[in-house]
Amino acid sequence: MSLPSVLRWGSVAALLAIAAVFPLVFTSELVTQIAVDTLIFAGAAAAWNIFSGYSGYISLGHAVFFGAGAYTAGVAAQDWQISGSAEFLLLPLAAAVAAVIAVPFGLIALRVRRHTFVVVTIAVFFIFQLMAFNLAVTGGSVGINAPFLGWDPVTYNNPFYYLALIIVVGTTALSWLIRRSRFGLQLRAIRDDEDRARGLGVRVMRVKLSAFIISAVPMGLVGALWFFFIVQVLPQYGFDPLLDLSVALMTFLGGLGRVAGPVLGALILEPGQQYLTLHIGNSYLSEIILGALFLLVILFLPRGIIPFLEERMTAWRGRAARAPDTVPASPAGEHPAPAARRGTP
Amino acid sequence: MGSQLYRAIIDGILGGGVYALMAVGLTLIFGVLDIINIAQGILVVLAAYLSSVLSAHLHFDLFAGLLITIPVMFVIGIVIYRLFMHRLRGRERTSMSLLASYAVMIIIEGILYLGFGPDFISLNAWYVTATVHVFGFYLPYIYLFGFGLAVLLVAGLYFVLYRTKFGRSLRATMQDRVAARLIGIDVNRVAALAFGIGVGVTAVGGMVFGATNAFNPNSGYDLISRLLAIIILGGLGSIGGAMVAAVFMTTVESVVNIWSPTWSVVVFYAALILVLTFRPAGLFGRPAVRAQ
Repeated sequence: MSLPSVLRWGSVAALLAIAAVFPLVFTSELVTQIAVDTLIFAGAAAAWNIFSGYSGYISLGHAVFFGAGAYTAGVAAQDWQISGSAEFLLLPLAAAVAAVIAVPFGLIALRVRRHTFVVVTIAVFFIFQLMAFNLAVTGGSVGINAPFLGWDPVTYNNPFYYLALIIVVGTTALSWLIRRSRFGLQLRAIRDDEDRARGLGVRVMRVKLSAFIISAVPMGLVGALWFFFIVQVLPQYGFDPLLDLSVALMTFLGGLGRVAGPVLGALILEPGQQYLTLHIGNSYLSEIILGALFLLVILFLPRGIIPFLEERMTAWRGRAARAPDTVPASPAGEHPAPAARRGTP
Repeated sequence: MGSQLYRAIIDGILGGGVYALMAVGLTLIFGVLDIINIAQGILVVLAAYLSSVLSAHLHFDLFAGLLITIPVMFVIGIVIYRLFMHRLRGRERTSMSLLASYAVMIIIEGILYLGFGPDFISLNAWYVTATVHVFGFYLPYIYLFGFGLAVLLVAGLYFVLYRTKFGRSLRATMQDRVAARLIGIDVNRVAALAFGIGVGVTAVGGMVFGATNAFNPNSGYDLISRLLAIIILGGLGSIGGAMVAAVFMTTVESVVNIWSPTWSVVVFYAALILVLTFRPAGLFGRPAVRAQ
């Protein structure tokens, strides 16, 4: 192992250790609650990044899967009268429903590119939100309430915390595996030049659709978990346009198409936003601040924190080596050549 | 039943005029800059609030107020362009522009909430309440006035685009930005003006929208999703397509509304998806999406 990879795996292990003991050290209910919220967003952002980050197709309709997961969990728990911890057995069902929805959604939306794709995802999103408002099964504008879980209120948040942590770690690991794989390489080839990728023999529709479905699964999971956590789902929060925006913002802030990017973005933004909401106490003002923050990121850090830091590292090491003609390779393989070598079996 | 249908169609066409105007602004910005201005919806709402302030506090007539709101919205458009859109560069420019205008949208929305609160209001004048007898129906005058003004402005825009030197340089920039620059067109100026015009028309759209609908700062979401559906259906960058699609969509919605008000909005988006399934470039779009 080279030094950078020791550093990388060391920091991953340290982060995991910190995350594992976090709710035991900070026992305040409010802190754990914010931590669960943050993890839910981190999971959603990591899921979004698997599709949008790697393929370059910016989806503003992933809240469909989030909402589908939440409503599946709610409707199933209600109809089958499941209560207590057994409710969590519904999580795989929520993931499956999200994946099934992703098939026709992807087949329609992925026929078009760029702006048109974005708008089609928004249109599908609004159809789902309107259905949630108007169908009988979703409870209309009243939504669905979760059956009571019957946990000790003192440690109520902890099981949620660990479940969310498992989902985030799992999604990130999946994202890492995909990025290293031939499949991930095909996705990034589509991002760079879809027509050329097709010409080189990539089955673009199959690859794009697979990534779309894969990224729907963790989205459905966090949606269901979120529903059990806040014990209620309303159409405008289950299918929330701001979720799509936040997830995109987090990923852009951390680094679009990077494994750790969305998680880093979520770790910075979600607690920050919760802090603002708590301390300003005016949701409109915090909305303005969120928007302004977003603009600042886009204008001054357009590629995200991780690529920015990597550039700095490379420049610093280049100077330290005092040999400008031997430029060290970028550690995470942003240059296509080393990534290609690693990705091809 | 027959007369109901008849009425729904007339409603749809008259309502479509205003949407056509707002959508033309949006598609013009796209054509020149390759940017979709997600903030267009909230800018319409902002214009509606400006009109309401002018008429409620300064007692301007709604139509006279346009003489102030159009230049104001035009300048706001140029400022947004200069501050944010102008600076976006590089491979992710397309998605960045979407997100940047989305950010502008939530900032304006927050400001409107702070300034005006979440209550629904609507604009008022004699022609909003008084009705006129046309084709056997009673319609508020504002529908006719608004439609007339929208037609007039779209015609004016057409004149500017196809009969003036500025219009020619604008269309040249739409066709090929690099080539336009090579033959000496100041594409940055053209782009800024196009953004200004595209946002300027929201002044009229906002006034008519505010006079025919109750609105609050949240109305921007509904507006922008409709406008996006319209310009995609018409074919991105196609001005004629945006107009046809606007009238088509509002008419379909208004006809379905006879049977089921709750599902008429769904039909609006379903129509979009259906058309795109068979014609990915929209009704009047150029078949090949232009290369980056």
